[in-house]
Amino acid sequence: MRIARLALAYLASRPLATALNVAMLALGVATIAFLLLVTHQAEERLTRDARAVDLVVGAKGSPLQLILSTVFHADVPTGNIGLDESRAIATNPMVASATPLALGDSFRGHRIVGTDASFLALHDAKLAQGRMFEAEMEAVVGAEVARRQGLALGAPLTGAHGLAASGPAHGDHPYRVVGILAPAGTVADRLVLTSVESVWHVHEEHAPARKEITALLIRYRTPLAAAMLPRAVNAGTAMQAASPAYESARLLDLAGVGVQTLQWFAVVLMASAALSLFAALSSALQERRYDLALLRTLGASPASLAALTLAEGVTLLMAGAILGLALGHGAAHALGLWLAASGSWPLTGLAWVAGEAYLVLAVLGIGALTCLVPALQAYASDPASLLAKR
Amino acid sequence: MLEIRSLRHEYAGRTVLDVPSWDVGKGESSLVLGPSGSGKTTLLNVIAGLATPTAGTLRVAGEEITRLSPSARDAFRARKVGLVLQTLHLIGVVSVRENLRLAQRLAGSPVDDSRIDEVLASLAVATLAGARARDISVGEAQRVAIARAVVNRPALILADEPTSALDDANCEKALALLLDQAAACGATLLVATHDNRIRSRFARRLEL
Repeated sequence: MRIARLALAYLASRPLATALNVAMLALGVATIAFLLLVTHQAEERLTRDARAVDLVVGAKGSPLQLILSTVFHADVPTGNIGLDESRAIATNPMVASATPLALGDSFRGHRIVGTDASFLALHDAKLAQGRMFEAEMEAVVGAEVARRQGLALGAPLTGAHGLAASGPAHGDHPYRVVGILAPAGTVADRLVLTSVESVWHVHEEHAPARKEITALLIRYRTPLAAAMLPRAVNAGTAMQAASPAYESARLLDLAGVGVQTLQWFAVVLMASAALSLFAALSSALQERRYDLALLRTLGASPASLAALTLAEGVTLLMAGAILGLALGHGAAHALGLWLAASGSWPLTGLAWVAGEAYLVLAVLGIGALTCLVPALQAYASDPASLLAKR
Repeated sequence: MLEIRSLRHEYAGRTVLDVPSWDVGKGESSLVLGPSGSGKTTLLNVIAGLATPTAGTLRVAGEEITRLSPSARDAFRARKVGLVLQTLHLIGVVSVRENLRLAQRLAGSPVDDSRIDEVLASLAVATLAGARARDISVGEAQRVAIARAVVNRPALILADEPTSALDDANCEKALALLLDQAAACGATLLVATHDNRIRSRFARRLEL
């Protein structure tokens, strides 16, 4: 019988204690793995969407709200800006491209974005079917919108006011789908794109005298623009300029406080599990000190007794780590399915992040250190004195 | 088989074992007699290489035990010595067969189930091979402990108080089993005891 099999037999002989130790470890690992998966995918998503745009120019208000509403399409806009004023910015020599956005409506929770063809280039989106919108009330839908709403080319869709699916509908102004985008893994997947003129057309009854848009998404022509253009907009116009990179970093910092709190909670959970493992191994060692003495009489070396104790601990650690990873990924996947059902941003448990490898190494490393003391006790046990005492 | 010269062992500044000279030949059976605390278990531990004597020489099966490194002593004990402990201790969480396989593996031998079956059958416990060791009776455990001690065909069998806790009938049975098994594998048998009931069964005796 090999050391590993004997270690398994010892673990199997006290199933409740073994299960509790594995469960405690697994809960700690699962919590951290879940947080790693969610934060990594959220950061990746935010970074990918924000990377496309250097600067957003929109109505004054909260810069974070401006970015959330125009880059991530997850909030209401701060207001509108005049078309003429926005054109002045778009023609600035420091600007490489300026993509207009006209927001206000949504289709079953998917935002309808009035824009132009430069929006596709900005998000590296490509048409999978059909063509780009040309005439008014033509729409191109993102891959996720088409899939979830079962839209095909030629299908009509009716916008509703606001972001909520239950907003007042513009039933007398239906759009017609003329193109479907290929999946890009960006915010474009979840949008309905149309021309700015179409958005104006739908709202012409309530439109102000001057033409307005919601924001301009700007890409710089030169790095110098990053220092000059925001200041020029904020100081010299009635509009505000906000940087997606800066605001998304700020958002991640804000969310990071909560995530860190949960991570510390998970670390405390794992520390408790490590202590519990130490107590379990020490107590098991005490219970079977005569077994160890017997193994020595049969010719087992002190090192193999230490290996037996370590094998027990490492088996518990591996089981806890594997179960924890499975639970963490399962929870992330379940959350992803729930979010997908509500049309929110995608999350999957079928992905791995580098941090998980470090997590497993840390669990095994700290766990092995925890097992080392009982293992050394087993190594140093003196069978002769133990047998003489009995 | 066994040569002891000026063997002394001290523990906490006190001499717990002092054997000036003693020899036991190959295949002989011998008794180590003495009251509790006289050093019988210590002598067996020293012979088995589980304890290092303070002074003296000890040759077992031609090997000077005291000069071997700890790992060489472990290997020597696994291959050449079979031990029957007073407590008949078995590894309770695994089967009887696994207990014997463990002894074979630790001796560096391949697992030989036919030898295990043969030994268990000779001790009338073949039906217990698959039973978990902690589930068998004390009498059965005694036979299994003897089976484990002889499964590797050791040159020397050391038995520590194998009959002290038994009634007369079972004392006789246990002793007969030990003597039979030692004879079957041509091993030298050394029994340490304070049980005077078995005194007459041994021609050679060492009184401590």
